[in-house]
Amino acid sequence: MIKPTPGPAAASIFEERRPGASWADLLMVGFGLALFYGILTLARTWLGPFTPNVVISVHPSALPGYTAYSLLRMAVAYVLSIGFSLVYGYVAAYYPKAERLMIPLLDIMQSIPVLSFLPGVMLAMIALFPHSQIGVELGAILLIFTGQVWNIAFSFYASLKAIPTELREAARIYRFNAWQRLIRLELPFSALGLVWNSMVSVATGWFFLMVCEMFPLGKTDFRLPGLGSYLQTAASDGNTAAILWGLLAMVSVIVLIDQLIWRPVIAWADKFKFEQVEGTDAPQSAVLDLVQRSPTLAWLRLHAVTPLGERLNQAFCRRAEQHRPRQPSRWAGWLGWLLGAALIAAAAWALVHVAVQFASLDRGTASDILRGTGATLLRVFCALALGAAWAIPAGVAIGSSPRLARIAQPIVQVAASVPATALFPVVLMFLIGPNGGLGVAPLVLMLLGTQWYILFNVIAGAMGIPSDLKEVARVFRFGRLDRWRLLILPGIFPYLVTGMVTAAGGAWNASIVAEYFHFKGRTLQATGLGSLISAAADAGDFNRLLIATVVLASIVVVTNRLVWRRLYRIAETRFRLET
Amino acid sequence: MPAAEPIVETHEIEKYYVQPEGNRIEVISPTNLAIYPEKIFALLGPSGSGKSTLLRMLTGLVPPSAGEVHWHRGPAAEQQANVSIVFQNFALFPWLTVLENVEAPLAARGVGEVDRRKRALKILDTVGLDGFETAYPKELSGGMKQRVGFARALVVEPDVLFMDEPFSALDVLTAENLRGELLELWTSRKMPARAIFLVTHNIEEAVLLADRVVVLGRNPGRIRADFEVDLPRPRDRKSRRFLEFVDHIYKVLTQPDVEHAPPAGPGARQAAAARTAAYQMIPHARPGGIAGLLEILIDRGGKDDLYSLADELVMEVSDLLPIIEGCSLLGFIRVQEGDVEITEQGKTFAEADIQDRKNLFREAALQHVTLLRQIYNSLRAKADGTLPDDFFSDILDEHFSAAEAEAQLQTAIHWGRYAEVFDYDAKSGRLHLTAG
Repeated sequence: MIKPTPGPAAASIFEERRPGASWADLLMVGFGLALFYGILTLARTWLGPFTPNVVISVHPSALPGYTAYSLLRMAVAYVLSIGFSLVYGYVAAYYPKAERLMIPLLDIMQSIPVLSFLPGVMLAMIALFPHSQIGVELGAILLIFTGQVWNIAFSFYASLKAIPTELREAARIYRFNAWQRLIRLELPFSALGLVWNSMVSVATGWFFLMVCEMFPLGKTDFRLPGLGSYLQTAASDGNTAAILWGLLAMVSVIVLIDQLIWRPVIAWADKFKFEQVEGTDAPQSAVLDLVQRSPTLAWLRLHAVTPLGERLNQAFCRRAEQHRPRQPSRWAGWLGWLLGAALIAAAAWALVHVAVQFASLDRGTASDILRGTGATLLRVFCALALGAAWAIPAGVAIGSSPRLARIAQPIVQVAASVPATALFPVVLMFLIGPNGGLGVAPLVLMLLGTQWYILFNVIAGAMGIPSDLKEVARVFRFGRLDRWRLLILPGIFPYLVTGMVTAAGGAWNASIVAEYFHFKGRTLQATGLGSLISAAADAGDFNRLLIATVVLASIVVVTNRLVWRRLYRIAETRFRLET
Repeated sequence: MPAAEPIVETHEIEKYYVQPEGNRIEVISPTNLAIYPEKIFALLGPSGSGKSTLLRMLTGLVPPSAGEVHWHRGPAAEQQANVSIVFQNFALFPWLTVLENVEAPLAARGVGEVDRRKRALKILDTVGLDGFETAYPKELSGGMKQRVGFARALVVEPDVLFMDEPFSALDVLTAENLRGELLELWTSRKMPARAIFLVTHNIEEAVLLADRVVVLGRNPGRIRADFEVDLPRPRDRKSRRFLEFVDHIYKVLTQPDVEHAPPAGPGARQAAAARTAAYQMIPHARPGGIAGLLEILIDRGGKDDLYSLADELVMEVSDLLPIIEGCSLLGFIRVQEGDVEITEQGKTFAEADIQDRKNLFREAALQHVTLLRQIYNSLRAKADGTLPDDFFSDILDEHFSAAEAEAQLQTAIHWGRYAEVFDYDAKSGRLHLTAG
């Protein structure tokens, strides 16, 4: 039973918070100034002359600056992703005709590795801004964007689709205008999904940072100042100290972002949880408390944000008043048709192009691709199997013991937050084969990049097994085998499937980086689809890149449809624990 | 007939779905209704009779497939009616405080900040929520949440306050309390709404609150009775007239195929009796519930009044009705004029042991239930005695809406399994004739 807690008396709502600065305010003002200065500095470089090949210093003193550059790139890419996702999700959710095209497209885009976008995006951007550094910078940002946008867009679309009918009806019957519907219904309802997917996306951004900041393209070597290029240069030089410094910088930044941004945001977003009764343990964040108690921000809210929202609302109300008899504009209809036709034409052209490429495949390339596909497939499979082999027992152990969970959870979280690509140079130092080949290193990298997804989900699944079922197992004295067969495995199955799906996606992505690497002045490569793509991108061989990408994307899409979706369905019907 | 002009009037509105093959599934047959000012209108019907759909057509949320809704004598499509809905599950925005929830409709109408707050606080005071302005809905109990729902609905001072089973998600005591307060507001004219339209499946609630009651039948939804309740307020639940009204509604609801004359009253209107012979609909009752009801009937002398039976069992009519219908379909009881009487077969069934009960149920089901007979015969016609469930879904889809077709098959499977007529393998989705 929940006791309703009466709020303060009505009059207090009108009271302003007492002004007066606190040290938290000072901190925030300082933070704002630093941000402003950073952006100014960056803008100067960006608008500077075209210098694709910046000399990257591996001295630790260069790290703060590089980190700032990388952070800004990620931030801009992230803001772009959110903007794109909102528009894409909105259109897909509300226009059934567009939806039929846009959702499968999302599926395909998600399965295309970042690197396959690289040559196209870069050449386009440089052509757009031939004399300014901004072209290369925008290219790098767009690359990061292609790595993080799709899941956010899908999450927003799925949230919009899941809004309960009664809430929609309430919004309609009370005549919410478009603005009110967005900020009162659609965004709040999607908030949790957006937050969690943002975290995943930013992690992906870190994973591909090295690729996005430093790459050869045809005859030119592109290098942008940043943390990723620092790490890659250190790896190429074989400079162990520099690798460790770079790694340290990256891990600290990731941990800081987690504490200063994600924790507070998660705690704040908890109020958007769609639940009828109050949950028992709401996430907490000291940073959020500080921000919420800040008088400066309260003042801003009262004197800037609220009036602005009010003005916007009034404007939308007037507009709704004027356009009362709503008739779909004829122009919009035509425009939609035109856009659809253009899209279909483009898709058809691309299909024909791909078909022509496949038809003109020579024997050598075909067998290369076939062998590469087999090798990468085997690696992905092994990585998943190895990851599951240790993560399932470990996850179940952690998940069934609250004491162990308290100790292990934070450690696992930090370990998982380190992008596997950054660890790769360290791995290589130990694992490089006797004949200079990559050996098992690609497999290790894939494992590093994927095992955490399995572990996290198994822990969550093991925690979710109802205690009455555990008691049944104890009362009937289940042996170890029966306990796993009848209780634990079915109990964690839905979570395990989720973890494996994410892990498989991660493994495919990792193959691009893992099978082809510049280390100590040499290019190391292993047979595989990933190295085919990487090498083709490096050489600017568009046809090879296209074919390898199409093969990779189709494998990912087909396994998603044939394997994972089926397992999902089984998990949802047969292994769901009703509560 | 009241002298005033109706606020809302419908002209032969109906709702149907057209299936891909061109088949038309009628959900609501052409219906005429009118909502008059100063009146409480109650729409009563079993689940699946399209009460909620009718409400949504009246409010403009769902367009009718044919016919017209008129607001103040003008077509509803050309104007924005000033209406509110109180929803069954509250439909509050969980991320907004109580005050913000109530202010939202005003903000949508462009009411300025100060005025908005004043009006919201006033209505919150009226419904007894002062002190809770800054609380979030999830901190409140169900009754308090629905008070917020009322406040949000009333703050726009609607022409018609629509309520979609507003008390059915609440526990009995809370519902009774809220009902009383609502009536008190209405009779003391403190409620800023000109008329109330209440959708409910609770018979007593309808008789207690409404000036006029319309009873819907189902498959397809159509008006089966329409009468005025001319009892003075406050109404006494134990009075003879009150019980007569309740009894009358029970009669209408339990005898779907007979048309009834209402207990007098000038407002009475009869629905068109013309309807095509519909496919038999299995009531969604469980064999266990059927056996339970029969045992209770035997304990009470084999015969009882429906109303006192529901009262005794503290069951809502929507829960009791399917069981009554199930018993009657299987020939275990006879329903007459609101009375239930157990039959010989019913008695034998109730007194049998587990295995005999199954046999008796099997006999009765195969004799009376069209769908079960159809499944049984189809399975027997196959050499291997098995068929996929889709086969029967397709048959049902021609007669019912998609959701109802699914529900029909599920109930049929439940009955068939209990009676050991056939078995169902959920993994493969196939029905098998039970061996032996």
